[in-house]
Amino acid sequence: MISPQSDLELEERGTTAGTSYLAEGFTIWSWLSTRDHKRIALLYGVSITLFFFLGGIAAALIRLELATPQGDLVTADTYNKLFTAHGVIMVWLFLIPSIPSVLGNFLMPLMIGARDLAFPRLNLASWYLYLLGGAIVLWALLVGGVDTGWTFYTPFSTMFSNSHVVLCLVGVLVVGFSSILTGLNFIVTVHTMRAPGMGWFRLPLFVWANYATSLILVLATPVLAMTLLLVGIERLFQVGIFDPALGGDPLLFQHLFWFYSHPAVYIMVLPAMGVASEIIPCFARRPVFGYRFMTYAILAIAVIGFLVWGHHMFVSGQSVYAGMVFSLLSFMVAVPSAIKVFNWTATLYKGRITFDAPMLYALGFVGLFTIGGLTGLFLAALALDVHLSDTYFVVAHFHYIMVGGSVMAYLGGIHFWWPKITGRMYSEAWGRLAAVIIFAGFNLTFFPQYLLGYAGMPRRYHSYPEEFQMLHVLSSAGAVTLAVGYLLPLGYLAWSLRYGRPAPRNPWQATGLEWQAASPPPIHNFAQPPVVVRGPYAYKP
Amino acid sequence: MSVPFRLLPLDGAQSATRLDSLALCLLLLTGVVALGVLLLMIVFCVRYRAASTASREHPPAKGRLVEISWTVIPMLLFLVLYAWGAVDYVSLYRPDPAATPVFVVAKQWMWKAEHRNGRREVGQLHLPLGRPVRVVLTAQDVIHSFFVPAFRIKQDAVPGRYTSINFTPSRAGEYQLFCAEFCGTEHSTMTGKIVVMPPAEYAQWLAAGPRQPGMAARGFALFRSYGCSGCHAAGSSVHAPDLSNLLGRRVHLQDGRVLTADEAYVRDSILVPRKDIVAGYEPIMPSFAGQIGEEDLLAIIEYIRESGHDQPTERP
Ligand code: HEM
Ligand SMILES: [Cu+2]
Repeated sequence: MISPQSDLELEERGTTAGTSYLAEGFTIWSWLSTRDHKRIALLYGVSITLFFFLGGIAAALIRLELATPQGDLVTADTYNKLFTAHGVIMVWLFLIPSIPSVLGNFLMPLMIGARDLAFPRLNLASWYLYLLGGAIVLWALLVGGVDTGWTFYTPFSTMFSNSHVVLCLVGVLVVGFSSILTGLNFIVTVHTMRAPGMGWFRLPLFVWANYATSLILVLATPVLAMTLLLVGIERLFQVGIFDPALGGDPLLFQHLFWFYSHPAVYIMVLPAMGVASEIIPCFARRPVFGYRFMTYAILAIAVIGFLVWGHHMFVSGQSVYAGMVFSLLSFMVAVPSAIKVFNWTATLYKGRITFDAPMLYALGFVGLFTIGGLTGLFLAALALDVHLSDTYFVVAHFHYIMVGGSVMAYLGGIHFWWPKITGRMYSEAWGRLAAVIIFAGFNLTFFPQYLLGYAGMPRRYHSYPEEFQMLHVLSSAGAVTLAVGYLLPLGYLAWSLRYGRPAPRNPWQATGLEWQAASPPPIHNFAQPPVVVRGPYAYKP
Repeated sequence: MSVPFRLLPLDGAQSATRLDSLALCLLLLTGVVALGVLLLMIVFCVRYRAASTASREHPPAKGRLVEISWTVIPMLLFLVLYAWGAVDYVSLYRPDPAATPVFVVAKQWMWKAEHRNGRREVGQLHLPLGRPVRVVLTAQDVIHSFFVPAFRIKQDAVPGRYTSINFTPSRAGEYQLFCAEFCGTEHSTMTGKIVVMPPAEYAQWLAAGPRQPGMAARGFALFRSYGCSGCHAAGSSVHAPDLSNLLGRRVHLQDGRVLTADEAYVRDSILVPRKDIVAGYEPIMPSFAGQIGEEDLLAIIEYIRESGHDQPTERP
């Protein structure tokens, strides 16, 4: 990407351009007041990991409860609060911020050759907002929890739930502002801070993906904020926006909610696609196949993703014609997703492939995302959705996309850029082992849920008819495996911080600009702004 | 009910069989695609692993033709699947004049049903074999969802509106009814039983057991006591539309729209009379919102449905 000459220069400067960002002050205050995008990324990383495991504990309890058909482990009320906690934490406190706020924050400036994000203070502020929102959500859970599900459907949430709905809404609202700020920051950064020579079609796909995600964040999150405000107002003052007894319309809530929450799915998965698009070319030693098509696909997903919210409402009583339009659009959004899968596969063709841990995660991502995406077609096909919606088929589908897709890619990205972020190498053997365990555990957990769903098991059930037990037991066994798989990286990555061998500047011989900076990078990334003379992915097999 | 687990739930309705074929078709198609992609990935991974000596001459960086074909072919396939799903979907919801309506009110946490002759039941729903039925749904508190896996149907019951779904039971027996939309603490116990019986047995069942006067008869009494007949009766001096045989009729509205009168339209006309003004009439009807309960509304609608016939009849 850099001409060979400046490559050399940079390498020299990289080693002399000052202390690494990690060594730049060791006090807690130096972290809490930092404006360095790399340190902020780590702050996000630590807090997001914490929430991931909290959400995971709730998942474990849910699966334990469902191992037997009678609801005998926890009461129905506790169960409902558990899956709400699980959903709220995983969606708002883990999935939406994970890749953009951790990897995106760390890498976007490095990848485009910038010294930092456009608004470093705003970046820090958005972390504080995230933390504040997260704390409010936890507070709501500690004082008694919420039992509405993460979807907060009215009029249950506004009139009938006796739990801490408003507090939880406030938490989610605050986290939403944090997303908006991050999105704005990324957009302005990509527009104004690209290094000389870094044209739009020289941007790495990870940058494209985060850019498109930021557009969605900025355009859709305000609708969520408005919706949550309306729910809060309705709950506190009974004004009759969503409650039919007061002249309101419950379907209005669903339209508003999914207008944000469907694009939110793309907020979770587009950055994941970006990560896979960096890792696969590197370990296949091939430029990504059809770079331009890949960028168009990203943009198409972002745009069409806004127009399909009604596919969550095929049996809600919305008009049959609306259903038909939303179904058609949903099939159309599957096309660019399919293109991406085909292109990743084609990238392997005539490559020189090695199977290091990041590559295993990325390949796992492609496999699971493919299954999740294809089962999405079942849900988009109107008449089939009538049978499948609100069953475990849906639970399986969204876990394949969000957990199989986003979490796999997030882990792949963490492994890929770990040497750059920390300056240490982790144990490759452990990394591969964990990737394999996670892949196996994941499929054992969630594949049975497709079968359960088709057989008629409704979701959000605390107890269920006996005939479904066998598949639930399989699923719970898978969850144990998966939990082990998720705990492993925590161990060996932490180990590497102390005992890992120091990472070279570019351990994977990757061609992205970020690998031109030292590992870990100095505080302002590059001593001199790099000059870009080539497109990304200049790999040779 | 202790039933053995079946991957494909029993198909208890005509639409279920059709739906299973759509699902099978999709499964084959997506299965072929998934296996194809997986196989290619494995083949590439093995053939082009770093240690292999396979030729890497002329690696393609892009291929217009393949890219266009793998964009256009899925798109065309998707269109076919879309059309199939959409046709079946519409047939679940298109008003079917031959279908017998059954009225179901959902509330935390039970299903209450009323048949046209006034026979009521809770937590169960008896249906005739081989006859098209239309379940008309509403909810008293929060959103619930009427889900019968054996029929492959599901429809939300939304407070403040009527929704409905058509199907024809095709196999006698007992089936699970679930609530599929999270509705509060006891959501998972909001289940029920659908009993499909041969028509003769069903007629017997309908005639026996606890019931109110026929729904239409009760509706007629209500129609009079709420004062509807003052304007809508044949001899009335007020200029108001004649309601006989209204359900299923096409109605021209003041603003040029035309719609087919269904339960939801009648309900709105009673509660929000200014929403749809019939062409040629003054908007003088008062709203009855807050005065008539859900079950009375259903009875009045039933009376209007029957009023086209000379006598309120009780068809099984
Ligand atoms: C060991 C891993 C996991 C297990 C066993 C698990 C299990 C479950 C189960 C059983 C439900 C359905 C509850 C119900 O509908 O009754 C559920 C819902 C959900 N899960 Fe997970 N989950 C896991 C990991 C995750 C992760 C990592 C995420 C996101 C990153 C996630 C996101 C969600 C969401 C958004 C819901 C919907 C919650 C709702 O229905 O309100 N899950 N999970
Ligand atoms: Cu319910």
